[in-house]
Amino acid sequence: MKREIILSFFLLFPIFAFLLSLCIGVYKIPLLAIIKIIVAKTVEIATFGKFSFDLNSYPTAYQTVLLQIRLPRIITAMLVGSALAISGAVLQATFRNPLVDSYIVGISAGAAFGAALAIGFFPASIELTAFIFAMIAMTLTYSLAKIKGRVTVISLILAGIIINAFFSALTSMLKFLMEHEKLAAVVYWLMGSFNGADWNVVSRIAIPIILGSLAIFLMRWHLNVLSMGEEAQILGIDVGKMRLIYISIVSFITAISVAHCGIIGWVGLIMPHIVRMAFGPDHKTLIPLSIAIGAGFMVLADDVARALTTFEIPIGIVTTLLGIPFFVYLLRKTGGEW
Amino acid sequence: MVNPEVELEVKLDAKLEVKNLRFRYNGFELLASLGVKKGEILTLLGPNGSGKTTMLKCIYGILKPKAPCVYLDGEDIHSMSLKDRAKKIGYVPQIHHPSFPYTVLEFVVMGRASQIQVFDSPSEEDYKMAMNALKLVGIVDLADKPYTQISGGQLQLALVARALVQNPEVILFDEPTAHLDFKNKIKISNIIRKITLSKKTATILTLHDPNLAGMYSDKIVLIKGGRIYSAGKPEKVLNGKVLSDVYEMKVRVVDVDSFKLIIPDQTY
Repeated sequence: MKREIILSFFLLFPIFAFLLSLCIGVYKIPLLAIIKIIVAKTVEIATFGKFSFDLNSYPTAYQTVLLQIRLPRIITAMLVGSALAISGAVLQATFRNPLVDSYIVGISAGAAFGAALAIGFFPASIELTAFIFAMIAMTLTYSLAKIKGRVTVISLILAGIIINAFFSALTSMLKFLMEHEKLAAVVYWLMGSFNGADWNVVSRIAIPIILGSLAIFLMRWHLNVLSMGEEAQILGIDVGKMRLIYISIVSFITAISVAHCGIIGWVGLIMPHIVRMAFGPDHKTLIPLSIAIGAGFMVLADDVARALTTFEIPIGIVTTLLGIPFFVYLLRKTGGEW
Repeated sequence: MVNPEVELEVKLDAKLEVKNLRFRYNGFELLASLGVKKGEILTLLGPNGSGKTTMLKCIYGILKPKAPCVYLDGEDIHSMSLKDRAKKIGYVPQIHHPSFPYTVLEFVVMGRASQIQVFDSPSEEDYKMAMNALKLVGIVDLADKPYTQISGGQLQLALVARALVQNPEVILFDEPTAHLDFKNKIKISNIIRKITLSKKTATILTLHDPNLAGMYSDKIVLIKGGRIYSAGKPEKVLNGKVLSDVYEMKVRVVDVDSFKLIIPDQTY
């Protein structure tokens, strides 16, 4: 019974976060107006426009703010939050390492360099270059972490620090060489932000993230087996091949997120641990619940970023400040090993 | 040094057959031929560094000899896919590095991985099999406990249960009694015998303790320096002279009740 209550809390959390976030913002809209506009639009879409409501009693700015500014931003935050939470859960399982996510192993830094390269210097697809360099960074981290044929919890983190530093230096080099008008945009984007999230961004990230997440969701039970490490081969699992598949998918969805919203660290690390504390480590529940609370947490963090002060704080800063105490707690608890 | 009688035994209708295994590692060469029948326990016995565990890994294919040499019903098992091999052969490792705190049941059901498609999860049936395996090894009451919080003996039993749900025709145990106390050694040995007889598996173990080997084996293969020194029924292999040669110390074999007790010379 208690389990069901916690479960429904986890599943309702993103819906609650979604509705709350629609109401939060610098521009004040009465709650009643928000509810009416949402209901009206939902009915309109659900009935393919057969029913439409007269919303002319409200200023047109209400609809513009809600539907053109807040809604796409919220959807973007939710997609990115779930993508990062899944990435963390998958990397923790495949490396059997509770202290990693796509930020710590350097995937995000690689993706950021790839995206910056495309933004600043040649007109390639930013998603594609981000993905290519995400994979390069992951491969480098893994090879560096492998000492005498073994990857330990700590060696992977150390290798991640080195690869992070390497790609950050390369990205700084790009910034140094970049034209001034591009530079400001790149600097702000790199810190991590949903400021630029509009329907165009949603249309570019929604399908890749949903497809990637769906693939992981469907393959989630085998993450249990893969988290046994090399031993999984005696259970009939091709460990090398499976790792490559999972890591490619999460590098892909991370790269999509980074290419549009910059580096947002720590979310992927924390979310799976919160779910494990409540429901245990079975990936059958871990993956869907990580998606749910990753999405919910990210929108709430974005609310803090955009509404706490009169100016907007980059969300990467918010998640980092929340994530570090949590990492310290985990490091103390696990002692850096199992 | 290979005993000619060893060759003769292989020709019997073995379930699992090792023919001229040859594997080079750490500067010495492993050579072996042996066979196990259904419902039979074969024990690889020998001193530390004699090559028992390496031999077991070669048989399973974790280490791969260059030429095909291990056959299950005549089929070369090293050329099988990982999936097919896991459906037929169970392997119980000596050391398990713990992972996330899965429940014992979740841990055991992972033995079904070779039967579960990549987009699928274990079915009710799979969980039922895991529960039955836990019953068989006697730890069904631990099903919902985190497997990282059970004792070493219980973990060994969970590993055996995980191998059982693979429904294997052959099970290999790498030093199943290592790290266990006196009572748990006997307990796990009894379970291995029970499984071998009831599931009609061809079972291969590696062991350190000649007394335990004598009590539970149908066949013993005595290994020294990567070679088979002697092989056959326990009463034949476990004699004072052979054991003294293999362990390089004086060993006496005394008949107590119905079995042979091996007593080392205590001046070593």
